[in-house]
Amino acid sequence: MNGFMFKVEKFFDILLNKGGYKEVIEGLQNTMIIAVVGLLIGIVIGTLIATVRVMPKYKAAVRVLDKFCSFYVGLFRGTPMVVQLLVFYYVMLPLLDIKMSSVLVAITVFGLNSGAYISEIMRGGILSVDPGQMEGGRSVGLSYGTTMLKIVIPQAVKNILPTMGNEFIALVKETSVVSFVGAKDLYLAFQSIGSGTYEFMVPYLAMAIIYIVIVCLITLLIRVMERRLAKSDRGR
Amino acid sequence: MIEVVNLCKSFGDNHVLKNITTTIKKGEKVVIIGPSGSGKSTFLRCLNCMEDPTSGSIIFGGENIADPKVNINVHRQKMGMVFQHFNLFNNKTVLENIMMAPVYVATKKLKKQKRDNLLIKLHLKKGTPVSVNGSVHEIKAQARDKAIELLKRIGLEDKADSYPSSLSGGQKQRVAIIRSLAMDPDVILFDEPTSALDPEMVGEVLELMKDLADQGMTMVVVTHEMGFAKEVGTRILFMDEGRILEEGKPEEFFVNPQTERSKDFLSKVLI
Repeated sequence: MNGFMFKVEKFFDILLNKGGYKEVIEGLQNTMIIAVVGLLIGIVIGTLIATVRVMPKYKAAVRVLDKFCSFYVGLFRGTPMVVQLLVFYYVMLPLLDIKMSSVLVAITVFGLNSGAYISEIMRGGILSVDPGQMEGGRSVGLSYGTTMLKIVIPQAVKNILPTMGNEFIALVKETSVVSFVGAKDLYLAFQSIGSGTYEFMVPYLAMAIIYIVIVCLITLLIRVMERRLAKSDRGR
Repeated sequence: MIEVVNLCKSFGDNHVLKNITTTIKKGEKVVIIGPSGSGKSTFLRCLNCMEDPTSGSIIFGGENIADPKVNINVHRQKMGMVFQHFNLFNNKTVLENIMMAPVYVATKKLKKQKRDNLLIKLHLKKGTPVSVNGSVHEIKAQARDKAIELLKRIGLEDKADSYPSSLSGGQKQRVAIIRSLAMDPDVILFDEPTSALDPEMVGEVLELMKDLADQGMTMVVVTHEMGFAKEVGTRILFMDEGRILEEGKPEEFFVNPQTERSKDFLSKVLI
């Protein structure tokens, strides 16, 4: 036990007096930026794909788009996130001769990847809304797009919020692989603190605690949002 | 007002409507009755292209709205519809439900005017700028006043800020009716408006519909309420197996039905 307390003291010494906290803050920042911006991009892409996939398939253009969307979803769900990161960073960027910071690469890949997952979540959400809602909107002369955006999707979002929370939590945790392309996330910060002294026990324990705290906070946030959105269910 | 010519509708191999031709004139109250599965709801839903007709044409406002190239939204604004299950927007308050379409249409028009004026100014488009009056704010205020007036008419102004989930079935249906009224439609289609209601609430909805009828609204009603058909209808369409089997004035139809099928139907529904 004494040995453990000594290790804790050493860890806090590096963390507080030798600038370790800077790395942790930077890592935390990057982790959250990648997860949050990735999620936002994912929501936009996912909603667009879901809308295309539930559209009536009268027009050839819609059918082509639908095929493309299912290809996209298949591609991103069919490969691991790490593989996507590596391919994007080491294959796509050199081939297209583009320079991008590794955090930006991570954000892009996370956005594209979560877009594929969110599209399926969103599609389920849209299908869970009573078709009468769409008919009601169309019957007063609103267009398909307007009814979708103003009436159906808000109700769909309410239904899928718990699942979306899940997706966000998964994204936060998955950011721990972005060090594969050199983005400085939470994992890399604690790894570098640990490697200074070859003592990893306490840094990794602290890292685990931080992840748990983040996830708990997100869970809380989702609860609050759910309660807000349930307003129209209870009636007044 | 609505001219239906050779309307056919099939779902796969199931031919639901077979060559229906009829004309609905301004001010008429057409009541469609018939056994279940006779295609009466499908016929009504084809009138505003909620179901796309398989063939045939529906002339409304001088255009064949069965043609997919026609902008159906514009025509639906003049053709209200009331559903069996109300279909109020669950995520909007009663007031927002009523205001939504009028605000959307007026805002869209305003934006288009402004855009056109800008294009003309930049010499990208020919024509003279039209004077744009009103703002989105004013449009909303106007729609709000009108919505409140309509709510007062049905005595539900205190429910303006409630969500549909807190209304009774009868209240929901009455709100749905004034939601379609808010667009000043030329005709309102009613798809079994009282079938999903508790018996106690049927009266209040029928009362409002009678009220509309008295004010000269053109109505097409699919219903099982024979009393309403007799009292309010100016023409009865009796449908069976996707065809209009018989049509006539209610006083003639109910007293002296012409076909075996309609005699049989009436003997079962009228006690």
